[in-house]
Amino acid sequence: MKILVCISKTPDTTAKIAFTANNTKFDTNGVQWIINPYDEWYSLVRAIELKEADASIVIHLVTVGAADADPIIRKALALGGDEAIRVNADSHDSFYIASQIAEVAKQGGYDLIFTGKETIDYNGSSIGGMVAELLDMPYVSLATKFELGGTKATVTREIEGGEEVCEVNLPLVVSCQKGVAEQRIPNMRGIMAARTKPLKAVEPTSVDALTGIANFELPPAKAGVKLISPDNVEELVRLLKEEAKVI
Amino acid sequence: MSVLIFIDIAEGNVKKASLEALTYGAKVAEQLGTTAEGVVLGTAKDDLSSLGKYGVKKIHHVNNPSLDHLDAQAYTKAIAEVAGKTGAKVIVFSNNVDGKSVAPRLSAKLKAGLVSGAVALPDTSNGFIVKKNVFSGKAFANIALNTDVKIIALNPNAYKTTAGDGTAEVVSTDIAVDAPKVKVTAVNKVSGEVPLTEAEIVVSAGRGMKGPENWGIVEDLAKALHAATACSRPVADAHWRPHNEHVGQTGTAIAPTLYIAIGISGAIQHLAGVNRSKVIVVINKDPEAPFFKAADYGIVGDAFEVVPKMTEAIKKIKG
Repeated sequence: MKILVCISKTPDTTAKIAFTANNTKFDTNGVQWIINPYDEWYSLVRAIELKEADASIVIHLVTVGAADADPIIRKALALGGDEAIRVNADSHDSFYIASQIAEVAKQGGYDLIFTGKETIDYNGSSIGGMVAELLDMPYVSLATKFELGGTKATVTREIEGGEEVCEVNLPLVVSCQKGVAEQRIPNMRGIMAARTKPLKAVEPTSVDALTGIANFELPPAKAGVKLISPDNVEELVRLLKEEAKVI
Repeated sequence: MSVLIFIDIAEGNVKKASLEALTYGAKVAEQLGTTAEGVVLGTAKDDLSSLGKYGVKKIHHVNNPSLDHLDAQAYTKAIAEVAGKTGAKVIVFSNNVDGKSVAPRLSAKLKAGLVSGAVALPDTSNGFIVKKNVFSGKAFANIALNTDVKIIALNPNAYKTTAGDGTAEVVSTDIAVDAPKVKVTAVNKVSGEVPLTEAEIVVSAGRGMKGPENWGIVEDLAKALHAATACSRPVADAHWRPHNEHVGQTGTAIAPTLYIAIGISGAIQHLAGVNRSKVIVVINKDPEAPFFKAADYGIVGDAFEVVPKMTEAIKKIKG
């Protein structure tokens, strides 16, 4: 059994969001980079748990990024995983990135591909679906639970106002979110082991991007809070009805 | 040429998010000087012709029960076929559960550029540019689509539904449908609950509630407002509330008309998931809580006193 876990490098959740070059580029000045939380906390940790239950499972990590993504993928290796592949390309186009991952997946022959439900920077929630289509595999998105039984997976996924349980035969692509696993902290042994785990950089396959970023905008600032006395809750309700017109 | 809108149904009923996508798609068609058509997959209980009031002229209904549950692969194939038949140049989804699953697949299949999480109509004055949320609601990006076929997944609550007059022609479309590979074995719906991503009003509470046993007053307020309930990350992590209620950067991102935050300090990660709300009300006993800076209305006070009073005041005006 081989599992491929897709890893993305994203700005830290507390990073200040600003843009440069006439609002066409994200300002990376002073930004701390992390593993996309959905990739790390849920899909990677679940893959590690599956390997802990069955030592014959092999976990590969893949990322699409320049050399500055290496520390991120090393950190992911410190949590777990056997080896990593970095496709040496920098792109914000989901189709371009998914095509690179699909190419790696074709060569590796994986039974299971995990992604996070979205990245916290571009919020595309697209990579899993695109990879699945490019590989002609079934896709279960927004998983909240994942169990493996032989060559069959039982996945619980989010639906509007609840959850549903589905059964799918492998190979399969799954996008993971909260519920699938719990965040872990890498230990010293893992960090030491990660230093010698294989991290292979490969050149990208030629693909045309389908989208481009014209520019960025920041949302307009709020006008400021209107404070109401706790002894006058009726006034708040009146404002919500008559001024804001939301109830 | 046409604009094709995927109309998403659950247990036979059209989802609210699909009505937004329909209204939006009809407007895009108007912008492009073409007609809006819809596609429905699986068994429908609702009268589909009545969807004409949202501006759609024709509905292609693939009335095949093997499409009653979401299978992204089978759905993609069916929609691609209908899109081909109708010569669709723009395909609109809601960026909800089904849209997030199917739109990316369709994008890869048709090599059609996708904007997921769109928040406004396309700007067609110079090319085709669609505004979307990025950085979990902390910014917007304007995405240029240069492909022949374009796909837009519209964020729930980002575009207001408007209904006029009109009836849509419903055509039964008989196409070959693949047997679904994803087999749904159980559906667990919390009955009577307003789905969080579709809710107009969300009442959310945090650690300030001190414990799960105190949620009664939060639920009462939500009930009076016909609102969904939500919570902050520490609350979900402590298992005081189910994880699907967690809103914020690493939980669900929402954009209701009204968001009421009770006993939530307003960490930047929480704000990222809720700052697209139209109106934010913060109730917190700490006047220094950062959430007040992002709020429209605030009460510095004890939630255990303020919230029940608010519920009473709302019941009074609602009669």
